[in-house]
Amino acid sequence: MSSTLTAPSPGTSAPQMPRVHYLNVDYGVKSWLFTTDHKRIAIMYLVVATLFFALGGTFAGLMRLQLLTPHSHLVQAETYNKLFTMHGVTMIFFFLIPSIPAVLGNFLIPMMIGARDLAFPRLNLASWYIYVIGGLFTITAAATGGVDTGWTFYTPYSSIYANTNVVLTVVGIFITGFSSILTGLNFIVTVHKMRAPGMTWGRLPLFVWAHYATSLIFILGTPVLAITLVLVGLERVFRIGVFDPALGGDPLLFQHLFWFYSHPAVYIMILPGMGVISEVVACFARKRVYGYPFVAASSLAIAVLGFLVWGHHMFVSGQSMYAGMVFSLLSMLVAIPSAIKVFNWTATLYKGSVSFQAPMLYCFGFIGLFTIGGLTGLFLATLGIDVHVHDTYFVIAHFHYIMVGGAIMAYMSGLHFWWPKMTGRLYPEGWARLAALIIFIGFNLTFFPQFILGYLGMPRRYAFYPPEFQVLNVLSTAGASILGVGYLIPLVYLIWSMRYGKPAGPNPWSAKGLEWQTTSPPPTDNFIEPLVVEEAYAYAPYTPEDRKRAKHE
Amino acid sequence: MSEITTGSALAHQFDDAQQQQQAATLGMWVFLCTEVMMFGGLFTGYVVYRNAYFAGFAAASHRLDVTLGAINTAVLITSSFTMAMAVHSAQTGKRTALTGFLLATMLLGGVFLSIKGTEYASKFHEHLVPGPDFEFDPLLRRQAYVFISFYFAMTGLHALHMVVGLGLLGWLVVGTVRKRFTAAYHTPVEIVGLYWHFVDIVWIFLFPLLYLIERHHR
Amino acid sequence: MTTHIVSPKLYVAVFLMLLALTALTTFVAFFDLGPFNTVAAMTIAVVKALLVVLFFMHVRYSEHLVRVFVVAGLFWLAILITLTMSDVLTRGVG
Repeated sequence: MSSTLTAPSPGTSAPQMPRVHYLNVDYGVKSWLFTTDHKRIAIMYLVVATLFFALGGTFAGLMRLQLLTPHSHLVQAETYNKLFTMHGVTMIFFFLIPSIPAVLGNFLIPMMIGARDLAFPRLNLASWYIYVIGGLFTITAAATGGVDTGWTFYTPYSSIYANTNVVLTVVGIFITGFSSILTGLNFIVTVHKMRAPGMTWGRLPLFVWAHYATSLIFILGTPVLAITLVLVGLERVFRIGVFDPALGGDPLLFQHLFWFYSHPAVYIMILPGMGVISEVVACFARKRVYGYPFVAASSLAIAVLGFLVWGHHMFVSGQSMYAGMVFSLLSMLVAIPSAIKVFNWTATLYKGSVSFQAPMLYCFGFIGLFTIGGLTGLFLATLGIDVHVHDTYFVIAHFHYIMVGGAIMAYMSGLHFWWPKMTGRLYPEGWARLAALIIFIGFNLTFFPQFILGYLGMPRRYAFYPPEFQVLNVLSTAGASILGVGYLIPLVYLIWSMRYGKPAGPNPWSAKGLEWQTTSPPPTDNFIEPLVVEEAYAYAPYTPEDRKRAKHE
Repeated sequence: MSEITTGSALAHQFDDAQQQQQAATLGMWVFLCTEVMMFGGLFTGYVVYRNAYFAGFAAASHRLDVTLGAINTAVLITSSFTMAMAVHSAQTGKRTALTGFLLATMLLGGVFLSIKGTEYASKFHEHLVPGPDFEFDPLLRRQAYVFISFYFAMTGLHALHMVVGLGLLGWLVVGTVRKRFTAAYHTPVEIVGLYWHFVDIVWIFLFPLLYLIERHHR
Repeated sequence: MTTHIVSPKLYVAVFLMLLALTALTTFVAFFDLGPFNTVAAMTIAVVKALLVVLFFMHVRYSEHLVRVFVVAGLFWLAILITLTMSDVLTRGVG
């Protein structure tokens, strides 16, 4: 059952690893720590991001254990506050935001546009170091007492009253923010200036469009978070009067400045995933993505509209009712480009030649779960409903459907899809499909009960709850343990495959795209010969020949 | 990376010098966009509070030294002029002039920071600093406290950027001494110039917003 | 595409203009124009900034893409300030 994927064309010799490639061109720790090769930097991001995912997941596991019983003594309430704060900070800033862009984006964008590297390779390395240093600050904050303000750092609690490692944590996030900013800058200049001859904007893979849009958000939103966190730190240390009402400040100003970044941040977390889905769906339906211009434009629309809706996090915070109405309306509008994507992916499947390898299974999971998450976002955008479910588990379920059911599934999809390209090896397909199924089941068992819990009134960020909520909480915790197992399985077989997986060859999926025209793993400069892109290479339609080949897999 | 010699130094990821130069320029402009948004957060807060606390803002603004502020504005504008002339010198291959204009820019930047330093020192002496020692007319104390907070935050962030700018200029001077820049290749001079002008533009807005509120009173 | 080299004479003219505008804005501040004090100060600041951007920073001679990013940065800041003020200014109402 655990069959590895075989190369598509029967009768040819088995694929081999190229003799020299980016992984073995040089050995030693220094060749990695001082590399400027975007592919090596991507692998370094992969390692660190996985560690942060494990850390954030551990915090979540402890939270779910605490919530097994209504008044558990597993952790104190103060500790629970620190757990949910650190879970949010770690997952959002140190896993979700970097994951797809820094791992898959870094690896693939130069190859997808036919370039040798990003525009600024040394800046790319600097981004990685900045990410690690920021992470060390935050880990130190966690290890030396933690933070309990919530990942949202609302003032005046965070700036005046909290007795925990607020400054250390915001410094860590501030530093890591520059990692994002520089990566976004690099991607934007790369896409504008480094495309191979013939690679016009209209021939760009949708993965690249998605990352370009994401990069716009990186550069326009993250700096505002940076200065806002600085102000929180200054208020704590020097008692400047900005957010503290006692000194004349406005706590709501903090929320405006914070959410101006943090709402677009959620589009940072989902847009790259959507880019992955576009690529994977096209490959495993053996069809070009339906409505390419619309999917490309919708990425830009999401990036732009995403900056106009942040007040929907502040409906019940004291914001003016009129501003609330404006933000509510705009929030409805931002759902439209996302829906356009879902429709187009579905239309891509129609009359396609669909196969169900692991990357595609994750895609199906994404499309369904993202739709649920996105639709519940519309409920939250509705002022009347939000008054009822704000700060309840309904919100938590909503964003986990998008972030875990959506973004992380897309990450898994992309990781599996491009794993042969990155490592030159095939992963075991049977185990991968099993893990995808376990993850899907575990995910829904964890988070669907939370919709109900929220609607019934269970507040978020509470260590204890009324007894009538216990059954749903137990279901959720059970689901979380299944989900945890589901994530451990790929960790094992992906590492296993790096040594024992079958060599993949240049294009095991018979996919389109420039990255598949070179060896797996690629050479350091990506392509053996300089490229000139013609219609046949970039985003060509799948032929009946391609479809026949799919049947053998 | 490739050793810098006279003539253009082409990094391996680029196909030609023009691509490299355009990428560097675009990169600096994208970075300046991020700076606009970072300072922008402070400007947003300033707008919110100036609207709410106009009287206190005006009263506190009067305690700033308009003469020093105006002189500093002139100093920074002059430094932008010398920076533009430095780029021109690089474009026309005049190495001595380039070095001279870069040093002039640095000197003017140093003058700006010195004046700023004396302003900060006098604020400390007048108890116009955020913290328990803050002294102001009790009627407008809270409002003035917010103004002073923004004064230090905004000019402080600006001063920090100036210090970085001085460092970049120093790096350029070292480069000119090492004959690194020619008429064919002087991209670093251009992009540091862009950064320096941006820092000047921030001050162009800070000066009237912080120093010139209701000066016609008293 | 050769880089356009701006003549030093133009730089001097811009420089003197900037100094003049600085003097102007300082001078005007000492007169009571009511709300127009702020309008005048901001207008002059914008003109000064435009001079620096167009001539010292060469945007007058730059490629279209650079101008797009200049406008975009300013536009995004406008979004931040405008939508935040839309809340602040309508809080007491209704």
